[in-house]
Amino acid sequence: MADKSSSNAYWKANIRTIQLFLVIWFVCSFGFGILLRPMLAGIKIGGTDLGFWFAQQGSILVFLVLIFAYAWRMNKLDREHGVEE
Amino acid sequence: MDQFTLNLLVVGATFVLYIGIAIWARAGSTSEFYAAGRGVHPVINGMATGADWMSAASFISMAGIIAFGGYDTSAYLMGWTGGYVLLAMLLAPYLRKFGKFTVPEFIGDRFYSQTARTVAVICLIVASITYVIGQMTGVGVAFSRFLEVSNTTGLFIGAAIVFMYAVLGGMKGITYTQVAQYVVLIIAYTIPAIFISLQLTGNPIPGLGLFSNDANTGAPILSTLNDTVEALGFKSYTGQHDTTLNMFLFTMTLMIGTAGLPHVIVRFFTVPRVADARSSAGWALVFIALLYLTAPAVGAMARLNLVQTFYPNGVDQPAVEMTAIENDQNLSWVRNWAKTGLLSFDDKNGDGRIEYKNGDTNELTVNRDIITLANPEIANLPGWVIALVAAGGLAAALSTAAGLLMAISSAVSHDLIKSQINPGISEKGELLAARISMAVAIAVATYLGLNPPGFAAQTVALAFGLAASSIFPALMMGIFTKRINNTGAVAGMLTGLITTLVYIFLHKGWFFIPDTNTFTDANPMILSIKSTSFGVIGAILNFIVAYVVSNATKETPEDIQELVESIRVPKGAGAAVDH
Repeated sequence: MADKSSSNAYWKANIRTIQLFLVIWFVCSFGFGILLRPMLAGIKIGGTDLGFWFAQQGSILVFLVLIFAYAWRMNKLDREHGVEE
Repeated sequence: MDQFTLNLLVVGATFVLYIGIAIWARAGSTSEFYAAGRGVHPVINGMATGADWMSAASFISMAGIIAFGGYDTSAYLMGWTGGYVLLAMLLAPYLRKFGKFTVPEFIGDRFYSQTARTVAVICLIVASITYVIGQMTGVGVAFSRFLEVSNTTGLFIGAAIVFMYAVLGGMKGITYTQVAQYVVLIIAYTIPAIFISLQLTGNPIPGLGLFSNDANTGAPILSTLNDTVEALGFKSYTGQHDTTLNMFLFTMTLMIGTAGLPHVIVRFFTVPRVADARSSAGWALVFIALLYLTAPAVGAMARLNLVQTFYPNGVDQPAVEMTAIENDQNLSWVRNWAKTGLLSFDDKNGDGRIEYKNGDTNELTVNRDIITLANPEIANLPGWVIALVAAGGLAAALSTAAGLLMAISSAVSHDLIKSQINPGISEKGELLAARISMAVAIAVATYLGLNPPGFAAQTVALAFGLAASSIFPALMMGIFTKRINNTGAVAGMLTGLITTLVYIFLHKGWFFIPDTNTFTDANPMILSIKSTSFGVIGAILNFIVAYVVSNATKETPEDIQELVESIRVPKGAGAAVDH
């Protein structure tokens, strides 16, 4: 097992990453898709508005990017902190 | 060749394929039975997870619910995909590092308590059985139409088939069977969608077609759809008619439920490394997104086609004639679905026409669960496409049901019998116990599936609420805090499960028995919170109770704190066990 201080730093970096990613996750689904939809209503797309697109498709595309970005970032963190398998 | 024979041939051929794979990969030792020897590549694992995940709810039911609910039903789309982000970041890698077979095993070890493990087994069984009821509803719909039998007979046939290969194959069989099922279901979902999108918009990609213009009128199809349904007295398709509160809670419930469903989580135990658990969640979502980006297009276009079928000359002109429904070759699908009892029409005002509109004068009733299956027929697509959709729908329902049954049976045989009731049980005895619990679970779900608490996707949404309120918080607290102890976790899980279950029963009837409910989802007990949206409230209660109780009781022991430290880093993850 890695020494304690290095795993602590690793864990803190991981938590920071998760927090940032969860903010994006929230804003692009609950935000643009539901709560902020009235504010985006002015932006028209294919017979409806941007909020509708985020609720039915856009959020899913953002989720995909988020997961792979997280996997990539964590692989890098694993190596930097010497905790990879 | 008539449609019935064609359906039988195509559905039969896919079944031979799945059962063949199940027998070929027949499980040997118990560890292979549970987690497929832990040697599954992330992409393959992602595909299998996709098949496992996309059930009758996604394939058969969801597009129909979207077709009739429009924007308000976006919760299904966001909720059932956004949960993967939570899985990838909050659960999957740590549970893989922990390296055991089942979800209750993690909860039992982390909260150093057999009681916690037993409570987790109960949560798992309640959520999974509710989920299987939804699958049985879908299977019943699919079989009743394609074998041209009653809904009930269809359900019994489906139950028998699910039982057969879940018992035969075990997880290893299922992993490869599910890859085959994924391929069948995604092709079956996409092909009719492409045809229909081309017909309506000229765009071959349905997800883009949704936001394109009508090939004939040049107006965006979503505005055409809005105008059409509003002319018939329905609510606009793209507008919001549900409360923001309910929509928010429902989406969140489905998301955290996704991350709390044991049959999905267990998939991430089967990848070789911790890093693979993260990317595997991404691959799963890639394969899921292929269907989920298409589903809103299928829903909107099906609604438009449905309306246009009943108003061939436009909604301002007279509706379709009764004689056409009875004789016209293009409308044979109306007659065929009427046989199953899932679609009905009645010329109430005796004008010789069937009018589809909102209100008391409506003369057409369509069960939402038939939309995806009837879609190719409505659009007059070739017979082989119709047969393919049947095969896809069954693949979706059967693969998920099998995965859930695996989770139930391993919880009973591994977490309950082997670890608590009879530790000396032989490997053979354990397998037998696993199979018996599968049979019992199928029997219960089939019985309850005769009177389902809602459309397939709604029933499944209830299962998500149960998983969201009980399992997800326990797992998260187990990983992200050291402070939550055995008593706190048990109290939290019980609070989450019981409050959510009671809220659901108050709205859907006790044990889903019809007419025993006090409230309805149209007029819910608390504010505008429907029974399907309560899971996240249960989860919040779970967190609060666990925190308060843990602070009032003894601190977590040193060795457990070290265990939590160790699951947080990938290094030292057990090599693929029993590989």
